[in-house]
Amino acid sequence: MAVEKMALAKAITASLRTAMEDDAKVLVIGEDVGKLGGVFRVTDGLQKDFGEDRVIDSPLAESGIVGTAIGLALRGYRPVVEIQFDGFVFPAYDQIVTQLAKMHARALGTVKLPVVIRIPYGGGIGAVEHHSESPEALFAHVAGLKCVSPSTPGDAYWMLQQAIHSDDPVIFFEPKRRYWDKGEVNTSAIPGPLHEARVAREGTDLTLAAYGPMVKTCLEVAAAAAEEGTSLEVLDLRSMSPIDFDAVQRSVEKTGRLVVVHEAPVFYGSGGEIAARITERCFYHLEAPVLRVGGFHAPYPPARLEEEYLPNLDRVLDAVDRALAY
Amino acid sequence: MTESTAARHPRRSSKRTSGSDGGSAAATAAPETPGAPAKKAAARKTPAKKAPAKKAAAKKTAAPAKKTAPAKKAKPARTAKTAKAAAKTAEAAGKAPVGSRPLPQGDGADASELVQLLTPEGERVEHPEYAVDPSPEELRALYRDMVLTRRFDAEAVTLQRQGELGLWPSLLGQEAAQVGSGRATREDDYVFPTYREHGVAWCRGVDPTLLLGMFRGVNNGGWDPNSNNFQLYTIVIGSQTLHATGYAMGVAKDGADSAVVAYFGDGASSQGDVAEAFTFAAVYNAPVVFFCQNNQWAISEPTERQTRVPLYRRAAGYGFPGVRVDGNDVLAVLAVTRKALEHARSGQGPMLIEAYTYRMGAHTTSDDPTRYRRDDERAAWEAKDPILRLRTLLERENLADEAYFAGLDEESDALAKRVRESIRTMADPDPMAIFENIYADGHSVVDEERTQYAAYQASFADSADFADEAGAAAGKGH
Ligand SMILES: Cc1ncc(C[n+]2csc(CCOP(=O)(O)OP(=O)(O)O)c2C)c(N)n1
Ligand SMILES: [Mg+2]
Repeated sequence: MAVEKMALAKAITASLRTAMEDDAKVLVIGEDVGKLGGVFRVTDGLQKDFGEDRVIDSPLAESGIVGTAIGLALRGYRPVVEIQFDGFVFPAYDQIVTQLAKMHARALGTVKLPVVIRIPYGGGIGAVEHHSESPEALFAHVAGLKCVSPSTPGDAYWMLQQAIHSDDPVIFFEPKRRYWDKGEVNTSAIPGPLHEARVAREGTDLTLAAYGPMVKTCLEVAAAAAEEGTSLEVLDLRSMSPIDFDAVQRSVEKTGRLVVVHEAPVFYGSGGEIAARITERCFYHLEAPVLRVGGFHAPYPPARLEEEYLPNLDRVLDAVDRALAY
Repeated sequence: MTESTAARHPRRSSKRTSGSDGGSAAATAAPETPGAPAKKAAARKTPAKKAPAKKAAAKKTAAPAKKTAPAKKAKPARTAKTAKAAAKTAEAAGKAPVGSRPLPQGDGADASELVQLLTPEGERVEHPEYAVDPSPEELRALYRDMVLTRRFDAEAVTLQRQGELGLWPSLLGQEAAQVGSGRATREDDYVFPTYREHGVAWCRGVDPTLLLGMFRGVNNGGWDPNSNNFQLYTIVIGSQTLHATGYAMGVAKDGADSAVVAYFGDGASSQGDVAEAFTFAAVYNAPVVFFCQNNQWAISEPTERQTRVPLYRRAAGYGFPGVRVDGNDVLAVLAVTRKALEHARSGQGPMLIEAYTYRMGAHTTSDDPTRYRRDDERAAWEAKDPILRLRTLLERENLADEAYFAGLDEESDALAKRVRESIRTMADPDPMAIFENIYADGHSVVDEERTQYAAYQASFADSADFADEAGAAAGKGH
């Protein structure tokens, strides 16, 4: 197949398919992942082709899904579990934080937990509550977990391959509002490392750092800024744990300014971590404080207010203006 | 953070005709989630070009004293796409894995386990343990509740189709389970619903138009739970069963003789929260009735994916009674729920009711059941329709005449009209509402962000409203 244009959701489907073809130990487990193909149709057709033993409709219990995935991993399987929506991962949070994240260390490195937890996350789809959240910081804060989020179909395909091959638990955050955005997927390319950032657009005046759904927003911001004569560099972090601070540093040493953009609340968010580390690394290069654009310290608002809540072109440009004004 | 107030400038988002953020919403909408209800496009001003801030001279003069060149990363091993060995294993995977064990089918219950007082044919039947003796007036009232509930629900589905609601979970087929149980409750009882209990809300006296706000996306709840002792809808599956149990524990501590009803679904029965609720209720002898509507489906998963015994039998393992009732028989549901509430009130502790029913519609308006269930299944349940069987009884026994039914039709139309009108006049919330009611005692971060946001909004030339808000919000900080 080599190079094909497909939607981000379909790239994930293709990636799951490849992983299941390559390794019989790979299992897909979740609510409604079988006949329905998941509520986003990401697992569409997999049960038909791989059978009910490998594409498993689970009882409605997230703690059970993740807890049993841990057991399956201990038995040598590589479970890829689907959490139906961001807001429904919390019944499993105990298993993820107290067990999945720590077992490798507790066993002195003797056991591996190759569990991938796929979570469609973020807002912008006009959903009811618990369907639009960005809880990545709650996971990135936990040692033992890796957290990544693709922003393009190509990355979605390859990063999921790499997450499944990883012997560490990986929380795979899928930008659900970008599921139907299309892009090229080269299934025979050799991908870069999973946790390395990517320069999505080169620029000289300021760096926008983002991941997942906000990369597209930042590219639009950069395009709008270019029309106004400002050159923004857009960095797609791709990984929230670990974070490729070297790449951010390289960019900031060039531009002198950094704005971090994410949908998650700013208060205690990943932007704060990036700001602190980059301030330390690039203190003498920074022309302005590192600014953040993100959600508020408020519950995710009802759908008719989400445009006000989510970082958009105006809000990011406002931060860009403020950073440039220093 | 007042830079943005300094210069009032136009919004630049108007450049993006497609809208950078809202644009893809409809396309992205999950089958299970709504597309955004059509939102009035905010009038964005054409941007007057604002001179980009000149790159400020470096404030920091010192060049980095020592700058470590970013260490070149050793390239980690590339992910190899295929290991030949893996392919072999994959071949083997085509066959049933060794040790794969057959699964039992169904839940093993037989028909005698179902409490029924009104057959699908509209015949009254006796049950040794459960009875009701409703007057003609009471029968008509139950019928009316079910008819109006169904009509309200159908109207909501229509409003979703017209883009007025983002999503709607229909209760079609579950009217008897909800009206029978709802009408069994007393005013001082307390109800903890899922997201589908529109019929229970009706019986509790909640204005049906209030149920729409959450699904239109104007709020995340929308009513005062204490005004009708009807808690907010709960979307996270199973959580409310624990709240109901705790509430019931409080009722018992107070020495009150009220009871509590916790609604949940067959799918929810798998959640840890529900198991814990059973344990707590049993251990504390809490006056709570667990009311499970087994509508045979949890989105695309049949009940066999959740249980290998009839759900009502689970109660025995926790040490309290369980009963399976014909959920499409409003009389049986009423009788069984009354008895369970009496059981709770009189200090005998919890009870589990499994109302055996059927989700006639899709899971929600976003769902496509043709992907996972057969049409003939629905047809079989249509013959057991909860409203039809009561109508048959009313007609056969001359308990209601043509004028009654005609009057009810009119009442239904009026209700539907009121619902339509209410939605069309339902205002979008003020953006500043994002910052409201987050804490009872306030929070300085919320205050700061509210002030900043108002100032940000006020910085736009088209936002005169926000200028006032910015001032007001600034005064509000503490
Ligand atoms: C914790 C959690 N996980 C997943 C979901 C997504 N979800 C919404 S409804 C539903 C099925 C519920 O089935 P059931 O309990 O039988 O109730 P019904 O919808 O049939 O009324 C699922 C999986 C959720 N809302 N909460
Ligand atoms: Mg159900």
